Amino acid sequence: MSALLELKNLHVTVEDKPILKGIDLAIGPGEVHAIMGPNGSGKSTLAYILTGRDGYEVTDGEILYDGNDLLALAPEERAAQGVFLAFQYPVEIPGVANTTFLKEALNAVRRERGDDELDAMQFIKLVRKTVKEMGIADEMLKRAVNVGFSGGEKKRNEMLQMALLKPRLAVLDETDSGLDIDALKAVADGVNALRAADRSMLVITHYQRLLNYIVPDRVHVLARGRIQRSGGKELALELEQKGYSEFTTEAA
Amino acid sequence: MNTTVQSLMAEPPGTALPWLATLREAGRTRFTEMGLPTPRQESWKYTNLRALEQIDFGAAPPETVGIDRLPFLMPAGASEHRLVFVNGRYRADLSALDHLPEGAHLGGLAELLERRPDLIERHLGQIAEGEAQPWRALNDAMMADGLVLGLSRDARVATPIEVIYIAAADQAPLACHPRNLIVLEPGAHATLVEHHISLGETATLSNGVTEVHLKDGATLHHYKMQAEGQNAFHLNTLHARVERNAHYDTFEMSLGSQLSRNEIAVRLVGPGANCHVNGAYLMRGQQHCDTTTTIEHLAPHTSCREVFKGVLDDRARAVFQGRIVVHPGAQKADGHQLSKAMLLSDQAEIDAKPELEIYADDVKCSHGATAGELDKQALFYLRARGIPEARARSILVEAFLSETIDAISAEDLCPAFLASIADWLKTEQ
Repeated sequence: MSALLELKNLHVTVEDKPILKGIDLAIGPGEVHAIMGPNGSGKSTLAYILTGRDGYEVTDGEILYDGNDLLALAPEERAAQGVFLAFQYPVEIPGVANTTFLKEALNAVRRERGDDELDAMQFIKLVRKTVKEMGIADEMLKRAVNVGFSGGEKKRNEMLQMALLKPRLAVLDETDSGLDIDALKAVADGVNALRAADRSMLVITHYQRLLNYIVPDRVHVLARGRIQRSGGKELALELEQKGYSEFTTEAA
Repeated sequence: MNTTVQSLMAEPPGTALPWLATLREAGRTRFTEMGLPTPRQESWKYTNLRALEQIDFGAAPPETVGIDRLPFLMPAGASEHRLVFVNGRYRADLSALDHLPEGAHLGGLAELLERRPDLIERHLGQIAEGEAQPWRALNDAMMADGLVLGLSRDARVATPIEVIYIAAADQAPLACHPRNLIVLEPGAHATLVEHHISLGETATLSNGVTEVHLKDGATLHHYKMQAEGQNAFHLNTLHARVERNAHYDTFEMSLGSQLSRNEIAVRLVGPGANCHVNGAYLMRGQQHCDTTTTIEHLAPHTSCREVFKGVLDDRARAVFQGRIVVHPGAQKADGHQLSKAMLLSDQAEIDAKPELEIYADDVKCSHGATAGELDKQALFYLRARGIPEARARSILVEAFLSETIDAISAEDLCPAFLASIADWLKTEQ
């Protein structure tokens, strides 16, 4: 089976500084891959280059999504084609109600995918059902997007968006950061409920503990802008014991 | 006297009322002395009237202009009292003044001067303090008509009063000088909605003056939409006197005119008097929008909230000059002022000058002014969820301004204000 996402010799600079220095990675449909690495290794850069944020320049290599050039697409086009980023720091947007935002996003994506837009009633029905399934309080829908949300609520709001937008590739950027263990479990449950044969995931994390709950098919160690090692889920446990030191020095 | 001044003062309307003749003569003398303001004057440092000076404005012709469609802001049935002014003159044929409560005077100034000059004489020209600035002086000299709203003690007008001002020049540029007078006796209550538009491609100058007098415990909600065309010059001077426990609540949205200046002076003269002076503006192209406010606390326990938010694109420019003065003895005064501008282009400009002058020692006052771009992180967040860039920008602009509109107490009016933002964003060049 051909890969859903393929990174080939990907080089990325930020403000002329090389961050990613030749990444090769292939994720098949339905697979969950974890990228682990120390701070400053380029993990978030990888998340942003996949979703099209400004300020990241590809100097060499390519990204194929479903066999096509992903880098040619605007962020909203990538979203419509099923690329989703669960943000490390979900952005607060005062003055925009969460429901309004969710409806705008869902209908924009449906429009691009050739589906009918949902009217207000259909949307409310769908969103109520989804929050109920995910154990999210209705009240979170009425508030402004992420404004005054706790760390856990913000991450659950990301999961809610993922559940509604039904991506084919979900990139989870440090989803565990800032969460206590209960919130972490709740968010991981949300992610696991969304695992599907037609949905691939790239889980980016510094710590192994998230991978106790979201068990990956493959684990890659990203350090100094390259994938230093790949392996099965047991690699995560090994890293937990040994740390990243063997990958962070040039001699390694 | 330079030619501009002469053209602005062409054909002054005559009057048989000696007190009015005196007011007009004083205005004429003062305007002739001062001429048009120039950037050399501190209060006009950021607003240049050069473009206006190059136009010879004539007085509005007395013949009636046909109006096809009246641009009401309130939904049908939500307002029982509608007044229309064309080139500053009241048009009874286009207006409806049904179901006025007992003790309410509502109508055109010219007509009331004929019928009840005594009512007008008591108040006209009495509310502003100090020497008139040039535009007010010119209005004193040239006023021909305008809105009069008088409410007796405890009178309440249940639905908002909607007033439409249409500037319509045909061949030659024209100027009008509407003069509005609003006097609410103790405990009276009203909501007033103004909509200013212009028709046609010829330059118009609207130099309005509004005097508001709110006596003890009276409340006036006063909302205004300025959506005149690109050839319009809109100058507006408002003086409000707010007495004990009275409440003056004003919001104005400015979208139109090539040059507009709103000068608002509120005097909180009685204990417990309070005001909300809010606004929003959306400007593009080479539009210029000036908001200059002075709020004076002259009694203890007076309070004001002032928030102006604006969005500027292209080479548009906004000026915000906000002064809060707390006079000696106005203890426990509570004054807060905020100016926030969002710049959508590198060439857009905001000049903000907040000023606090405090002469009492037990007060709570604050002010702030910010200017910034659209939040890039928020923009990316929305786009990453599939929302196209243009729509994402609109959502963020609407969100930025919606806070000011949420404060409008006339709920029937909010959709029109929100729609005007959406329309503005849709016609983005």
